[in-house]
This record gives sequence, C-alpha cells and structure tokens, in this order.
Amino acid sequence: MTTTQTLHAPELSRRGLLAGMGGMTFCLALGTNGVSLVSEAQANTLANAQVTPWVRIAADGTVTILTAGAEMGQGSMTGLPLIVAEELDCDWSKVKIEWCPADPAVYGYKDPFSPAQLMWIVGSRATQLYFNDLRKAGAQVRKVLLANAAHKWGVDASTLKTEPSVVINPANGARLTYGEIAAFGTVPSPLPEVDPKELKARKDFRLIGKSVPRRDTPSKVNGTALYAIDVRLPGMVYASAMHSPVHDAGAKVWEGIDPTAQAAPPESWNDAQVKAMPGVIGIVKLPTGLAVVAQHYEQAKAGRDALKVKWAKAKADGFNSEKALESYVKIHDDPSAQVTSLEKKGDVAAAFANAAKTYKTAFRSDYGYHAQMEPLNAVVRITGDKAEVWEGSQAPDESRKAVAKALGLKEEQVDFHQCYMGGGFGRRSIGDYAAECALIAKGINRPVKLIWTREEDLAQGMFRPQSFQCLEAATDASGTVTGWKHCVVGEGQFLLITGIKIPYYGVPNQQIEMRGVSHGIRLKHWRAVGHVFNTFAIESMVDQMAADAGMDPIEFRFQKMAIIPKARKCFETVAQMCDWKTPRPAGRALGVSITERSGSLGAGAVEISIDRTSGKIKVHKVWVAVDGGVIVQPGPAKANVESAIIYGLSSVLHERVSMKDGVVEQSNFHDYNVMRMSDLPEEMNVQFVDVDTRPTGLGEIGNPFIAGAISNAFFRLTGKRLRHLPFTPERVLETLKA
Amino acid sequence: MVSFTLNDKRVSVDAAPGTPLLWVVRDHIGLTGTKYGCGAGLCGACTVHLDGKAVRACQTQLSDVADKKVVTIEGLSPNSSHPVQKAWVALEVPQCGYCQSGQIMKAAELLASNPKPTRAQIVAHMDGNICRCGTYHRIIAAVEQASREG
Repeated sequence: MTTTQTLHAPELSRRGLLAGMGGMTFCLALGTNGVSLVSEAQANTLANAQVTPWVRIAADGTVTILTAGAEMGQGSMTGLPLIVAEELDCDWSKVKIEWCPADPAVYGYKDPFSPAQLMWIVGSRATQLYFNDLRKAGAQVRKVLLANAAHKWGVDASTLKTEPSVVINPANGARLTYGEIAAFGTVPSPLPEVDPKELKARKDFRLIGKSVPRRDTPSKVNGTALYAIDVRLPGMVYASAMHSPVHDAGAKVWEGIDPTAQAAPPESWNDAQVKAMPGVIGIVKLPTGLAVVAQHYEQAKAGRDALKVKWAKAKADGFNSEKALESYVKIHDDPSAQVTSLEKKGDVAAAFANAAKTYKTAFRSDYGYHAQMEPLNAVVRITGDKAEVWEGSQAPDESRKAVAKALGLKEEQVDFHQCYMGGGFGRRSIGDYAAECALIAKGINRPVKLIWTREEDLAQGMFRPQSFQCLEAATDASGTVTGWKHCVVGEGQFLLITGIKIPYYGVPNQQIEMRGVSHGIRLKHWRAVGHVFNTFAIESMVDQMAADAGMDPIEFRFQKMAIIPKARKCFETVAQMCDWKTPRPAGRALGVSITERSGSLGAGAVEISIDRTSGKIKVHKVWVAVDGGVIVQPGPAKANVESAIIYGLSSVLHERVSMKDGVVEQSNFHDYNVMRMSDLPEEMNVQFVDVDTRPTGLGEIGNPFIAGAISNAFFRLTGKRLRHLPFTPERVLETLKA
Repeated sequence: MVSFTLNDKRVSVDAAPGTPLLWVVRDHIGLTGTKYGCGAGLCGACTVHLDGKAVRACQTQLSDVADKKVVTIEGLSPNSSHPVQKAWVALEVPQCGYCQSGQIMKAAELLASNPKPTRAQIVAHMDGNICRCGTYHRIIAAVEQASREG
C-alpha cells in the first residue's frame, strides 16, 4: 500500500535564489521510484519529472510547507505538513501551510492499484500513502540545514543536533536558527541520502502523536473558511442546473457521469418563458441537462425551478429499485449468470460435502446518498486560452482533467484553486460538476458560480449501491469454520466488493464472488462503500454460527475462525472497554463486529434497546478499538472515528434512497433522514491499539462495524435477525412480527 | 430597496422583497459565512439572528427584515471572542465546518436566553441543526463549556 522508498540520488540547488524568493527552496520531484527532493537541473534530466517548490524556508524563519491534504474535515490538510515538519524538526509555530497545485506528477502519491500518480484523498489514503515520502522529504531538508551549519562552524555535521528550528553544536552551545541558515545557506549537490534508520524514533517525535491543533479550526468558527460556494469574482454570474431525473450511467459506473458525454439530454423546454424571468441572462444546454444563468443565485434557481423539460430516453427509465433488488435473488440462483470470482481458496466443495453442519443466509442493502452539507458547486473563469477553477475537491487532479476535457484545453491551461469542502464522503472526487460549470462559463462567456440545489444534489446523487448477499458456511465436527461462500449481487463492480474478503479469519476454504448487473444508476465511493453491507453480512453470519454453537461470539471468533492476532487484539481490547461479560440492564444488549478498511483493523461493540411499539432502535453506547498503526494526529484521528460512527449509525438506522419509475423518490432532508442530535448515543469510546507500525487509514474505519454490531445486539435481545439495511422502524416491526 | 441593520451597520438592498435573506447576505452583500444547506428550512446551516432570535435565513424573506436587526456569524463577535466560538475552538468542534456557523448561531441564541441549560435543553434546542460530520457530542460539550465559562 505504500509508495516505494528507493529514492534517486538526490541533489539540491540554489533554486531559492534562482526563483528570487530568498532563503532556500527545496524541490520535489517524482521519478520512477517515487518522490524525491532534487535540484532543478537534475529534475529536468529525469524522465517526465516536474519540479516545484515544496518546502520554503525564509530568512525570518518561516517554513512554508505545501499540503496535498484536501480538507473535508478529516484534518489531513494539517497532518501532511506536520509529517514533513516532524522530520525537518522545525518549530511548528513557524510553519505556514499552503495548498499545493493540482499536479499529480509532482504532488501525487503512487496509486496502490496502478502505476498512476494520484492526488485523490479517498479511501482514507492521505496519511497512510504520503507518510513515508513526506518523512524522507523532511529529513533531507534537515540534513541540508545541518550541513550548512557544520560548514560555517567548521565541524562535522554528525556532531550537531537540532531542536525545533535551531541547529545546535553541543560541544560549545553554538546555535543557528533555520532562518539564519536560510539567509546564507547553499544547497549541496548531491543532496544527502536519508536511510530509513536515520528517521526519528517514535519516542523522539515532537509533533506526530501529540496534540497539535488543526490549522483550519479558527476559520471555521467565524465564517471566514473559504468553501468554493463562497468564492466571488468580479463580473461573476450564477447558475443553477437541472438534469434528467432518470439516471443514465453506462455499463461501467463512470460512463455517463462525464458531463461532456451525451446522456439523457434535454430535447425541448420552455426556453422563452424562462429567459423572460427576472435576472435571467441565458440558458446553457449541457450534454446532460440545462443550466439557467442569472445575475443572482435566487434568480437562477427560480428559473431552474420554472423549467419544463422533455428529456431524451435514459437508461434507467422505469427503474424500480425495490423490484431490482428482488431480481438479484434470481440472478444469484441462476447457474448461467456471469460470475466474477474474487477469492478462491482450498476446496470449498469438499468442505461443504464433509461438513458436520452448514449454514445459508441472505442479506439486502438499499442505496445510500452522501448528503454532504455543502451542495455541489464550483466557480469557473475562462480568460483567453486559460481557465481557472475554484472547487473543494477530494481529487483536484481529476477535476482539472475533467475541466480541461470539457473545454478542449490541455491540463496545463487549467489552474485549479483548492477550497475547503463542506463534506466529501467520496462524492467530491470526480469533478463532474466542475466540468459542468466550465461548460456553462464557456456558454455564457462570463465567470460563473454553479450551485446545485439540494434537490438536484440528491436526484443526481451518486449512490452507495444497493446489494443482495448470500452467504454459506460449513463447520466440521469440532465446530471449526472450514468453508465460506459469499456472493454479492448488484451494480457498481469495485464499489460492490470492498470489504467482501475476510483476510482476518483463517477459514481454509473460501469462495467469494460477485454477480454484476447494469441499471444505469449513478454510483460512487461512499464512506467505506461496500464495507457497509459486506461487513454487515459477514459479521451477521459469524454471529449466527456462534449463537447456534451456543458460544460467546468473541470466543467463537477466537476458537473457531482462526482469527489473526491483530484482529484478536482489537476484540480483546473492545471486550475490556465495554465490559463485555457484564450483563446489561433489562431491555438492553450488546453486539459486536469486526471493522476493517484501508489497512486499519478494529472491533466495535454497541449497546442497544428497542422500542417495540415504534420499532425504533436506540443505540446507547458505542465502543471501538482500532489498530491504525502509529497515530499521527490523535485528536483528529479520534474525531474521524467518531464521525464515521455517527455516519454509520445514521445510514444504518435512517438513510435510504429508493427509485420508482426511474426517479429518486427522496428530495431533501425531510424525506432523506440523517441522524440528528437527539439520536446521539450517550457514549462513544474510541481507543487506538498502541503499535509501532506505519499509519493506516482512519477516515472510514468507524463505519463498517455499525450494522453488524447493531444487528447482532438485536438478535441477542429478540432472537431475531435484521437482514435488510437500513434498519428502519418499519423493518424492525416486521422482523419482530416474523 | 429594503433597509435593515446587519451586524450593527445599516444596509440597503435592492432586491425583490421575496428574496431569501440567505442570498441577500451571501451574494448581494457578500457575507458568506452563512451557509446554504437545503434551502427548505430543514438543516439549520443558514441560521442567523433576527432581533436576537435564531431564524433560518433561507426561509426568511428580505421584506421580513425591513428595519430589523440581523446578526450573522461575522457579527457575533469582532474576533471570535464569543464564549461559544471560544469553546468551539478549544474543543475542536468543527470537522468540515460547513454547518458550524449555523450551529454556533443557534447555540448563542440558547445561552443568551438560558445561560445554564441542561443537556436535554441543549439537545432539544439544537436538534434542528444537522451536522453530517457527526460533531453533535462535541457541540453539546462546547455549549456546556461556554455556559460554564461564558
């Protein structure tokens, strides 16, 4: 999961002087083996490498560090520069953070799944994929500072040490601040190598693992934090868009999401009537919809709301999500259906043939909407042969690409200005709305701010897919789980299968597969996406077997499922946290589930009660133990896990998108219910297992256990099992009656 | 033309009387701390004070505020010194931050009328404000802290 650690023999140059900035500038370049600091001259000799300032040390001691940590509330805007600053050993109070350009060849990490360089802050990647490279970068800059001080003092650099932003000669107490060094320093060539062994030991960290406040917090309590929706340009006008209410995504989930591709376009509309409305400047026809442009937003929205459009036929015409979900059962049972094998281990047929006992069970899950608080929006200005984009994006590189494509420009003709995101959750990593805004700006020949209404944001949502799951398991005479089959049916390919494998359980014979369908529904990553329903199904099955064996569910995992030590430790920790063996008050029960995502592993428990009249499940307490490697920012790490717990509770208990006649039935927060304060558990307890391993993802790990833990607690209370996400009161009542 | 007091300054706006106050303050006047979340009075992201009472700016028309006093997040305190803002920073309440202007304005209204609210009163008062990052428990703790220290 990490980028390579083999750095080129790097060099530094006097680029700071060349760039006329004073002080020292270190350049970051990407070679075939990963990220490295190099001289401009050397970088230009590297194939396809680009150079750009990454760390700047001014003579006044200010250290400017660029950040690739797109900020949607998870804190990595602060966390990534903090990693550089740790190894650079600089005074954090002197660090200034700036957004880096949307240039993945320079600022990207190596995609774990392809040779590509990406800046996508998705899948809880930021800290885990930038960690090693940024530590090395910081350490190299520190070494250069040491070398300059050593040269000035005529001593061996290895005798010197640093304290925050100061080089010290312990022999005589001489001191030089980083700012002082920057004023005279030269950058040696080649740049000193950094062996991983030279990186700081964990006990020497001054910033990593400490309470360092997030840099974005102050601006988020006084209205000054800049989201794209807040950007105002001279001469800017406003747009509100409408798309076909029926989805038209292609066979591959991304097809039809490209706003430059023809998909269910408008065929006719009341053009003259809307154009005559107050403030309306024009209507731009988009390949996928219409945008009303006006002097002010409320005028654009009024125009949009007044549109009467005849839409071309769309792929999902007539789509009924409930009927589709039921059709998945038939697809599962159809021996001729196309199957994608995801895991095949051992001899599954023999395990089932020789089993002492077998189990078969099914689960369902509905579509989910991101419901990020800031509706999708972007600002675009086109000047001559250049375009500028303001957007809060999880993937600025993708947005830049999408805008360039929409306008027929090269990527280097597009400047991307990163903004804070009012929530992302996976939705803000594709740039469809930014490209749409670019088309509107071109069509109306003015700088434009496009804001989707909440209703449009939901109708044109890109959902967590619905799914049907069938699981089968076999146990031998000793009760050990020997065979495992899991089939997921639905649309969304890779979105459907995240979290479906069970590397934490040592079941020797496994067959895990997907059966895909194609409806044309827009689908997307969504906080842990497939983990939500896959972990639910897996952990419900495990709980069912434990109950059938009359065993404690945690003990069952330890004794009958060959659980790996890392997972065992998490279960032991959470059992201690929640006092697992202590009986709960009448009407309450505990449930437990594993949780896994982006390299992190954990175990979570919930304590629930049920209102048997209303069917409402109340979650009173939540505990989770997480192995996330070394924790870089303990405060934001905890906040991330808490946030994902709430996101999970909200989705598992409340949230549901349904479609009838091809149209999404929900339209705003009155019928797409998200969790509110009154549903908050009385307690949330998050604990990180103390380990020395590299950081893994923490943005989503708080979510996947919620459904299984609630469902397993429900079983303990009622002897009945919930099988369909979300667990709405109606479904709870049905389950209780059954 | 409608005149009203915005953050202690007299302003006049030339917009249709039915224009939502949300877009008046954001786009006609340029104070963008007040956020658009749902446009339907369902989420509270646009909460501002109208004559000291928290209202949804998306459901308040320009004509409703004529000659009245409107306070937005920008006017709550000159330098983030309101006890609620201080507690929000101290407890690192915001994550994405988008709903927090509305949360803060709603919480400030509560403490103005009830300086020592119980947890149940806080929850009842704040329940209309959605936070999708799930910072609810920190909001409660921060209101309690502001109540103690305010």
